[in-house]
Amino acid sequence: MATITLDTVRKVYAGDVEAVKGVSINIADGEFIVLVGPSGCGKSTLLRMIAGLEDITTGEIKIADRLVNNVDPADRDIAMVFQNYALYPHMSVYNNLAYGLKNRGMKKAEIDRRVKEAARILEIGEYLDRKPRALSGGQRQRVAMGRAIVREPAAFLFDEPLSNLDAKLRVQMRVEIKRLQRSLGTTSVYVTHDQLEAMTLADRLVVLNKGQIEQIGSPIEVYDNPASTFVASFIGSPAMNLLEVKAGEAGLGLAKGTGLSAPNPHGKPAYKLGIRPEHLHVVDGQTVPDGHLSITATVNVLEPVGAESFVYASFADGGPEIVIRVSSHARHQPGSTLQLTADPANLHYFDPENGQRLTG
Amino acid sequence: MNRLKLSDHLILILGVLFMVSPVVLAFITSTHDALTIFRSGLQFTPGDQMVENYRKVMFEAGGFTKQVDGWVMLQNSLILGLGFAIGKIVISMLAAYAIVYFRFPLGSLCFWIIFSTLLLPLEVRILPSYEIVQSLGMVNTYSGLIVPLIASATATFFFRQFYMSVPDELLEAARIDGAGPWKFFIDILVPLSKTMIAAIFIIMFVFGWNQYLWPTLITTDESFFTLVRGIRQILQVWVGSQIPDYQEAMALAIIAMLPPVIVVVIFQSWFIKGLVESDK
Amino acid sequence: MKKVQFTSLSMPYLLLFPQLAIVGIFFLWPAAEAVRSSFYLEDPFGFGSTFVGFDNFVDTVTSSDYGRTARFTAVFTFFVTFLSLAIALLLAVKADKVLRGASTYKTLLMWVYAVAPPVAGLIGLLLFDQHVGPIVDFVALFGWQMQIGVNYYDTATAMIIVSVWKQIPINFIFFLSGLQGISKSVQEAASIDCRSGFRRFWTVTFPLLAPTGFFLLIINITYAFFDTFGIVDVIVKAEPGNNPVTLVYKVFLDGFRGNDLGGSSAQSVILMILVFILTIVQFRLIERRVHYT
Repeated sequence: MATITLDTVRKVYAGDVEAVKGVSINIADGEFIVLVGPSGCGKSTLLRMIAGLEDITTGEIKIADRLVNNVDPADRDIAMVFQNYALYPHMSVYNNLAYGLKNRGMKKAEIDRRVKEAARILEIGEYLDRKPRALSGGQRQRVAMGRAIVREPAAFLFDEPLSNLDAKLRVQMRVEIKRLQRSLGTTSVYVTHDQLEAMTLADRLVVLNKGQIEQIGSPIEVYDNPASTFVASFIGSPAMNLLEVKAGEAGLGLAKGTGLSAPNPHGKPAYKLGIRPEHLHVVDGQTVPDGHLSITATVNVLEPVGAESFVYASFADGGPEIVIRVSSHARHQPGSTLQLTADPANLHYFDPENGQRLTG
Repeated sequence: MNRLKLSDHLILILGVLFMVSPVVLAFITSTHDALTIFRSGLQFTPGDQMVENYRKVMFEAGGFTKQVDGWVMLQNSLILGLGFAIGKIVISMLAAYAIVYFRFPLGSLCFWIIFSTLLLPLEVRILPSYEIVQSLGMVNTYSGLIVPLIASATATFFFRQFYMSVPDELLEAARIDGAGPWKFFIDILVPLSKTMIAAIFIIMFVFGWNQYLWPTLITTDESFFTLVRGIRQILQVWVGSQIPDYQEAMALAIIAMLPPVIVVVIFQSWFIKGLVESDK
Repeated sequence: MKKVQFTSLSMPYLLLFPQLAIVGIFFLWPAAEAVRSSFYLEDPFGFGSTFVGFDNFVDTVTSSDYGRTARFTAVFTFFVTFLSLAIALLLAVKADKVLRGASTYKTLLMWVYAVAPPVAGLIGLLLFDQHVGPIVDFVALFGWQMQIGVNYYDTATAMIIVSVWKQIPINFIFFLSGLQGISKSVQEAASIDCRSGFRRFWTVTFPLLAPTGFFLLIINITYAFFDTFGIVDVIVKAEPGNNPVTLVYKVFLDGFRGNDLGGSSAQSVILMILVFILTIVQFRLIERRVHYT
């Protein structure tokens, strides 16, 4: 059980490539933190620095209040689950789990107890004598988890552990990882590029972009109040509609194209306006209340995904395309015109220059 | 699509005959006595002198060489083949490990020095090599026979290629599991290299066993002769003799080829894998 | 190299020490010595040596004996390389096609790899023997009186045949694994596009085998130059006289029999340069090969 503290951690590779640019995070004991971002955002580098597999250029990393900058990975009291599992191919499952414990000089009986216990939790007891190559992808994943569990570490580090699994197994293992982490209560740092995985697992999300933190917060906070256009478009699927708007005589209108009118609460000349697909409602024969968003757009495509459908529609006069979530029973023909609205509370205003959220 | 024709099998059978029949004839020759062969030419059916011929070649000194019999030469061949293969594997595994898994000053210089040996076969630097070994007093010693042959970096190159293909995450996992450089090498890398070691062992054993020029130069004392080296001795008896001992020459040839052939045939799949993959 | 590496001050040097020591003493030193003595004229009785610049090289290259040996080596290399590659390719293509007995054919065609060159030479000596050799008897039917060791061209022929025989297995192994590496779907696509099996081979299979072929070409040239020493030595019965020998054999001959240290070293250096060029070509080809797959 431990807290992890990162204080303005930087990583500069040879040739002045700055992969991580001064990241600070305080991770509470037992917390499940997910580092999420597109590839190349520095999330894996950050995780590997916590593990001790990469040197820290500047800044400090503390695990359980102990400065670990110069501590060997083996002595940081952490366990790591790798994307390709990194199981020792020539060792049985049992020895894969036991290897780290043996190296620490643990007593045989204790090793045996821990391995059996981990095997019971992960339901891999019957495979203990097998070699990794005789296991399926899901089973290998469990062994990789088991190798982390037996160490009873201060923290688990996960490096995209589910990305080698097929979609169905991925969902199943996702649930299992979360349940396991809850019952063990071990501080965890999890790296993924999959925003859905990030949302479902995290106590708190850390959204990274180009080596910097864009936002830290609970999944719902991040979803409801994205701090920037980057977060807004990265979290949520389909992504939030982001429209370039400018102030006109009657509130805000599109910078390019026609068919939108929105309130202007901040009194600025231009914004990026964000609206989530599920916050747009079709208005049938009613009038749009004053001060609400009003959109007129032409349907391009109706995309049913089962429980719901998505409508892709365009503004007139060369305006952008937007996505609207509708019920699966809706029948909007391509070419038909839609009148849409949204509650002003669900509109997100971003600075058009730096993409930062405007509040107040 | 690929309809099999009789001609395909015919070509293959001809190929097999071309490859196999010389050795079969050599074997048949080794089962006759010298006079039969000399009087009525090469025989095409086995004779009755096999046991006698092989016994003579294996256990009677004299004949081709004055002091040693086939048994001693067989032992020397084994020492050369095994010593060379094992020495080369151990030395090159260590060197490749240093090159791939360590960051250290002069690392790339060491790399280039070692791999420059791939440029020049022993044959082109044979005279100075001989003189150096001689000046070190290593003529007519096993180490003089074996060690200079190890200088070429072929196996180091193979192991380097193999280590590079081992996923980085294994090293990372091992470091988190508390394994230092030695432990990682012994516990993880060596067991992982098992097939590779086996393949290289076979290739190197055959290579060492079949050495001819170097043993010819470095061993003048007959008690150090290998079987392949012994072939040269046959020639000197052969030149100018009235009735050459074809049967004993061929018996020695068969004995000299048997161990490497057996090893290659039995461990065929490993050997081919090592040969083909390591050259990539 | 690797993303993560150990940083230890002494260990890598410790690991490298045995290899570096052997390379230093038994490779770098002799190689340097060869280059050095190629510029010196050594007194045959061991009383010092004089610097003669490029004289040794000039003497070597202009001597008619060397020219004759170089020409023979070129012809020998051409025939050995061409014949062993062609026969091995033919056999590999057929062996790739058969299903029944494939592994038997494979074993029977590859095991000669393990036979030492001088042993191959010795068996060749038997088959080409003046009195009992069946091949000599056979060609005599066509009026060819083969005299190995006496007639220059007959001896050359025997050397080439034995060298080809010894080299077929390794070419066969590489060609066969190259053929098996060509994806089934490519071959199936080709059989849909092209009806003639012969055409299909030349337009699809052969180009895909080209990287393996180039690679083997270098291997075979190196083989014909260096590894045939044992065959040559045995077939001339260690007493070459007027018989054809290869350049490498001549290095040995002039150095150890002729006691012409400077000349032998100059020949070594010429061969070194040749091998150097071959190796560079080989490395470039290997790089290409990796990109190819």
